[in-house]
Amino acid sequence: MTPGANGNLLEVKNLRTYFETDDGIVKAVDDISFQLKRGETLGIVGESGSGKSVTNLSIIRLVPTPPGKIVSGQVVFNGNDLLLLSNDAIRKIRGRRIAMIFQDPMTSLNPFMKISRQLMEMTELHLGHTKAQAHAHAIRMLETVGIPDARERADSYPHEFSGGMRQRAMIAMALSCEPELLIADEPTTALDVTIQAQILELIKKLKRETGTSVILITHDLGVVAGMTDHVIVMYAGKIFEQAPTKELFSVPGNPYTKGLLRSVPDPTAEQGKLYQIPGLPPDVAHLKPGCPFAQRCDYTQDICTREFPQFVQLNSDHYSLCHFAREVYSESGGTPV
Amino acid sequence: MNSTLLSIRDLKVHFDLGGGGPLDKLFGTNPVKRVLKAVDGVSLDIYEQETFGLVGESGCGKSTLGRAILRLTEPTEGQVFYRDRDLAHLSQRQLREQRRHLQIIFQDPYASLNPRMTVGQIVGEPLETFRLARGREAEQRVQELLETVGLSKRFIKRYPHEFSGGQRQRIGIARALAVDPDFIVADEPISALDVSIQAQIMNLLEKLRREKNLTYLFISHDLRAIRHVSDRVAVMYLGKLVEIAEAKTIYKEPLMPYTKALISAVPVPDPQVEATRQRIMLEGDVPSPINPPSGCPFHTRCPYAIDVCKEVVPQLVEIKPAHFAACIRISPAQPHIENVAPGAAPGLE
Repeated sequence: MTPGANGNLLEVKNLRTYFETDDGIVKAVDDISFQLKRGETLGIVGESGSGKSVTNLSIIRLVPTPPGKIVSGQVVFNGNDLLLLSNDAIRKIRGRRIAMIFQDPMTSLNPFMKISRQLMEMTELHLGHTKAQAHAHAIRMLETVGIPDARERADSYPHEFSGGMRQRAMIAMALSCEPELLIADEPTTALDVTIQAQILELIKKLKRETGTSVILITHDLGVVAGMTDHVIVMYAGKIFEQAPTKELFSVPGNPYTKGLLRSVPDPTAEQGKLYQIPGLPPDVAHLKPGCPFAQRCDYTQDICTREFPQFVQLNSDHYSLCHFAREVYSESGGTPV
Repeated sequence: MNSTLLSIRDLKVHFDLGGGGPLDKLFGTNPVKRVLKAVDGVSLDIYEQETFGLVGESGCGKSTLGRAILRLTEPTEGQVFYRDRDLAHLSQRQLREQRRHLQIIFQDPYASLNPRMTVGQIVGEPLETFRLARGREAEQRVQELLETVGLSKRFIKRYPHEFSGGQRQRIGIARALAVDPDFIVADEPISALDVSIQAQIMNLLEKLRREKNLTYLFISHDLRAIRHVSDRVAVMYLGKLVEIAEAKTIYKEPLMPYTKALISAVPVPDPQVEATRQRIMLEGDVPSPINPPSGCPFHTRCPYAIDVCKEVVPQLVEIKPAHFAACIRISPAQPHIENVAPGAAPGLE
């Protein structure tokens, strides 16, 4: 369990995941790279079809194959390329060292099995717990995530839990082996706002206590603002912008990010016409040459429909995929390096 | 202020879930009669040409209230006055005539459009039903409607599956507009859409409201959206309205503890704000509407609850001008619960 030489827990390099469909090849994730330091939370923001979920399925090698295929790249976790591991070896990492939680808890909970049993399976398998140890651990985990009367409730079936409680049970399961990385894919999207606040607070608390790194996938910029250290903005399978969270919100360097930030109603501002990004997200199977956002962008020039943009470095840790990244960044009040 | 378009009085929608019958008692399977009180005594005035926002968490009854106003779900009790007619007590035939003036837009643009009908048929159907236009004239009208909602009239022969979520929502809006209504219930119209598309639909609805003098009941769980589109907002909890105020006011100065918690839980897209703000964390889940708590429905999760809250059902009281809240622990003289003496219930005096 030696960390990567440079202190990164995870390094994704030039990852490409394509899907073969009747409609042609869909480049769901197309040449993306990013790093995650130990103890950090990375937010991945994007709209449907942007490739944010496929990125994370690729990291833990759960891309449905066929039609999906990781075409190239590296996913270096603690110094080892996960893409080179045998299926057996990756199974030992999944759940044990990298855990996932999803939007719908019922995708990870077995409806026919008691909650306690499902939690026990995890530690019996990965940590070699005896039945008694595993049971005690399961109760402790359920208590940690705030299930009231955990000892009595542990023997319930998933359907006997409310949505928020199921989400808690899934988090308990994901964290029961103290993973080094937790991937949370829209963990609160299906929940009510007061329950969402509880779950996000819980993830923060567990992160503080265990030092787990987190990748948080979401479409909600408010959640990103409160939860993450770094943000990646994805669009049409590409990383459009990458920056520390505060920097991204205060001095965005990409027109798409800028548009997204402006199109979320600000509860403290005056009412009035909301900024809207025109048009529709592109059909990833039939991308036109040039920048995939060109048709919807306020800054578009001839070059945008002709040439694919560069990934421009704007600051020590801030990159933007745009022909006019420096101009957009300056306009937001930043000084490009 | 505009005159009242819709007046809802003590509206109730109760669903009988069975139980309590002689056989249930004999076998002891379901000895107690179970009633789900989805909407439990709601009174409300909606003014002409306003957007009235209705916000609440899942299961609070907000969609049922919207449907009950249009009688898509039959109310159990109460009245809905629209231009001096009580919709809740009209015959089916009279109701059909009124439906022309009252329309609905649904949350799920994938489920609410008939997949076997073309866009032209979907949008044109209400014209035929209400005998408003036929043949060439109807086609002309459908083309105009599509353009009004920002769709190309070339789409007229296409089927719903050929469109994205946002475009389908536009089709749903065009269909609702076909009959030239006064009032539209927009039931979570943006919840299923991507962020960039949500802004488009909110702007479209606002533009249509101004151009066509429409009145909306905008139902959503999304407080940011509600705050943005609404003139006034009501907060619903377990079948009851617990606070009504202007959108600006309710955000800046919520009075009822549930509204306070709800607003403090909304994530703000600003890392600086998020880093410093204090959240009011509510314990536990929303109780089941089947056996709602006695007294104030919120007392089980309320950080300010005192013993009396378990017994007294609070009424909506005008705490400040045009600002109503249902909480016995505040009163017009003492509107801010933080400043009320521990254990005191000025609303009862």
